[in-house]
Amino acid sequence: MFAIELGDVAFRYEDMAMRFTLTVPTGAFLVAFGPSGAGKSTLLNLIAGFDRPLSGRIRLLERDMKGVPPAERPVTMLFQDHNLFAHLDVAANVGLGIDPGLRLKAADRDRVRAALAEVGLERFEHRLPAQLSGGERQRVALARCLVRDKPILLLDEPFAALGPRMRDDMLDMVERLRRDHALTVVMVTHQPEDARRCASLVAFVLAGEIRHVAPPEVLFGVRDDTALDAYLGEVEAS
Amino acid sequence: MAARAERLATGSTGRAIPGAAWPGLLLAAAMAGLVVAAFASLLGEVDRASAVAALGDSYLWRVVRFTLLQAGLSTLVSLVPAVLLARALARRPRFPGRALLVRLLGLPMVIPVIVSVFGIVAIFGQAGIANRIGAMLGLEQRTFLYGLTGILIGHAFLNLPLATRLLLPAWTSVPGETWRLAAQLGMRSGAIFRLIEWPLLRERLPGVVAVVFMLCTTSFAVVLTLGGGPAATTIEVAIYQALRFDFDPSRASLLALIQLGLSIVVLVAAQRWTRPFDLLAAPGRPADRPDRGGAPGMIMDSAVILVAALFLLLPLSAIVAAGMAWDAFAIWGDVRLWQAAARSLVVALAAGTLSVVIALALQISIRRLAARGAIAAGRALDLAGSIVLGLSPLAVGAGLFLLLVGLVGPFRWSLAPVVLLTALLALPYAMRLIGPPLAQSAAIHDRLCASLGLAGWNRWRLVEWPQLRPSIGFALALAVTLALGDLAAIALFGTPQNATLPLLLYQLLAGYRMGEAAGVALFLVLLVMLLFVGIERSVGGRRLVRH
Repeated sequence: MFAIELGDVAFRYEDMAMRFTLTVPTGAFLVAFGPSGAGKSTLLNLIAGFDRPLSGRIRLLERDMKGVPPAERPVTMLFQDHNLFAHLDVAANVGLGIDPGLRLKAADRDRVRAALAEVGLERFEHRLPAQLSGGERQRVALARCLVRDKPILLLDEPFAALGPRMRDDMLDMVERLRRDHALTVVMVTHQPEDARRCASLVAFVLAGEIRHVAPPEVLFGVRDDTALDAYLGEVEAS
Repeated sequence: MAARAERLATGSTGRAIPGAAWPGLLLAAAMAGLVVAAFASLLGEVDRASAVAALGDSYLWRVVRFTLLQAGLSTLVSLVPAVLLARALARRPRFPGRALLVRLLGLPMVIPVIVSVFGIVAIFGQAGIANRIGAMLGLEQRTFLYGLTGILIGHAFLNLPLATRLLLPAWTSVPGETWRLAAQLGMRSGAIFRLIEWPLLRERLPGVVAVVFMLCTTSFAVVLTLGGGPAATTIEVAIYQALRFDFDPSRASLLALIQLGLSIVVLVAAQRWTRPFDLLAAPGRPADRPDRGGAPGMIMDSAVILVAALFLLLPLSAIVAAGMAWDAFAIWGDVRLWQAAARSLVVALAAGTLSVVIALALQISIRRLAARGAIAAGRALDLAGSIVLGLSPLAVGAGLFLLLVGLVGPFRWSLAPVVLLTALLALPYAMRLIGPPLAQSAAIHDRLCASLGLAGWNRWRLVEWPQLRPSIGFALALAVTLALGDLAAIALFGTPQNATLPLLLYQLLAGYRMGEAAGVALFLVLLVMLLFVGIERSVGGRRLVRH
């Protein structure tokens, strides 16, 4: 069974034409990498429903997504930054995932507390985002993804601003949450080593299309694609 | 990231952020309809035969010529000292009282113009301090204030501070490395001006010139009070006289059409030369620069700062001093003052609120249109909101006046048209204060809100209001203050029986009742400050923590 199916989905941003075909099995951890401007974020925006395709078909959990607004898709997304509202405290930011009007019952509050505990932030409920580190803010956002209780988790370069140690910890946490909650995860990054750490599938995105999709050990063994070689070489050199 | 933020702000093909744009479109259409109706009533009033006669009439062209002449000269006497003052302030970051002076530069913008005029008369008028000092020095007492000189002094008082504030950021935009490089290369003051400062000024000056010229062509209160007679009449004042003294709708309409044409030309020129800049930005921190050592430079800068400070502070302190004099307090027991104050409060609060509500509706629609990629429609709405900035209040007001005379008969209206016109006059400022934070909030939060299903009232309550409160509070405070100080609309639509405070002050000034005028002037200033601070604190709330 496939959690995500993109069938010849076309999109255009300014002069850049993009065309994506992709299937992601349920329960997979797909890492999409590639140079900036390749269309990785657009890929996530199309799945999440922020961008509308010009043509083609998007199916999530075998349901066609045409005309389904972002909030009603079986998807929750973590952005690189600005995941939190600066003027709302941690509990309210997470609570928005349960009710966008913030009318929370006692049981809802318990769920918020439980989700915060899962990301290691119990007792942070009444802090404001400004009082948290970058990693802690992303964990609050992850907790909100959890209470939204959606089977597909999209991550758009979520840990790019963090140091290498912290990034690895966060990746391990995402992997743990994927297992515990039976999630399908799609993460976009421009760092191939993120893929090596936890991906079950890796996609290489270049110039508005998906060049390869394969398990990491296969993809990183590909030696006949000069563009992929060049990109991997460049990243390693830097 | 920058590219993405821009993309979110400007939208892209097929972005799926919901939200109706029709309330803003409807409002813009209503406003455009009002302006067009006013314009049509102007056209309808122009009697062809008398228009042709008037166009050949020397009076009309004298008025037009004088309007341009005084606006040009006013721009010159505001801009040249403003460049000197801004440079002196930029070179002397530790000059005693500098921070206070920079803050005072913002005052002439919020104090009602007619109050500033009172301060100027108190200093430069016949019985003013300038003349008294002259008398002590054995000079003969002269009335030099009324006429072109008075207009230039008045416009310089209002626009020199504004221009200085608009120019100062040119210096703060110079990166520290540039100054260190200049020091390393041993650049002296002249070279620094030529190579670093002038190129920056050249970018900004045309825009500032356009703004000041525009304000001076459509200035009303200064010319009305300090012009002092038919020899020094601008189009703006001539429209007022044609409607309120001669009741000559044909001449008024002709003048209004000329004024509209003129201000459209200036507006288009201004848009062409102006890079967008923030009319209300506070000047930032000045940098260290290598050419501060020499004594001649020090003396010149100090002289410039002192003279400018005196020019600004004398009229301002005269308002306070004269208002505290014994004979000024008599007016506090006068029922006219309290009735005018009540009317002023009602008009200002209604106009300010209307202005901010329209600005919000327009900006929210602009944002929604931008999210759908309908950039051109958004631009049209933005223009609709700012159009009155360039158009003369009296010309638009004249159209509205004639429209109302046709519909309900002369003066069978309450203060409603005053509220409407002053709301339109304050609208461009409200638009500029509310637009950027609203667009920024959209750029940051649109996708997050869409993914959480935060929309409509929930989004307003939980996201926009808490974040925009300070901007909305400031916009409302400014709009109310501007409406409180308006003389143009009330002069056109008011009568002595329903005078607001500015009109009462004008009547007292025109009757040379300086004692009572002093009391009203101080009262008005106090009311302005009270309202400004009160609204900013209550509606604006406390500043929020940001990450």
